[in-house]
Amino acid sequence: MASTRRPLSPHLQIWRWGLHMALSIAHRTTGVGSSLGALIIVWGLVAIAAGPDSFSTFKMVTTSLLGRIVLFGITLSMMLHMCTGVRHLVMDTGRALDIKTNRQTGILAIVAAIVLTLGLWVAAYWFAGLI
Amino acid sequence: MSKFRTPIATARGLGSARSGARHWMHQRVTAVINLLLLLWFAGSVVSLAGAGYADIIWWVRDPIVTVLLVLLIANLFYHIRLGLQVVIEDYVKSDGTKALSLILLTMVTLVLALLGIVSVLKVSFGG
Repeated sequence: MASTRRPLSPHLQIWRWGLHMALSIAHRTTGVGSSLGALIIVWGLVAIAAGPDSFSTFKMVTTSLLGRIVLFGITLSMMLHMCTGVRHLVMDTGRALDIKTNRQTGILAIVAAIVLTLGLWVAAYWFAGLI
Repeated sequence: MSKFRTPIATARGLGSARSGARHWMHQRVTAVINLLLLLWFAGSVVSLAGAGYADIIWWVRDPIVTVLLVLLIANLFYHIRLGLQVVIEDYVKSDGTKALSLILLTMVTLVLALLGIVSVLKVSFGG
């Protein structure tokens, strides 16, 4: 290793928080959070395969108040990960990297995630005949 | 011998693992496939809200649904494996714990994916 002490570039705590930083770490945390959603999908499939009794237990837990709160959080997590993910795919092509456009696509990703989440839940309640 | 080489020459001599680009590309390709399959899945689950057990069995048994569900589970867990791998590589400091975590991650995601796929096939082929 080099023995000279070179100046290091300023690390995370030096910078004032901005949307780009928040969305970058949010993409990672929602990725980890959405993995929990994948776990629930597998649980559901295993319950369906195991028979009507297991499925009714699954349905009881996931449609309980706590279950709905957790599922709503996971839906939001998945939708935000999806929208920031699409934004990352756009940035991978070298587009939307200037400050102004980057901020606009960031806000767009958040708004789209909220709209998609609410849309899915309203549709689910409508299909279930609850509204 | 290495004493006569500068640190940068040593690093260059080692070369790259030649696997970085593959991980990067697989993460993005699985992301696009996930985008399509999960939107289909979310729409299906929403339209099945309030459906009974028999309706759901009927849905899973449709050959197209069976195939899409198997693809979704495989693709989703491969994407999760790649994503969580980077998180572990970034935050786990010790080499030993890192290697162990990565092995565990591979095993857990593989087992969960197989559980999901076998369950779908059991329902689909079950009498």
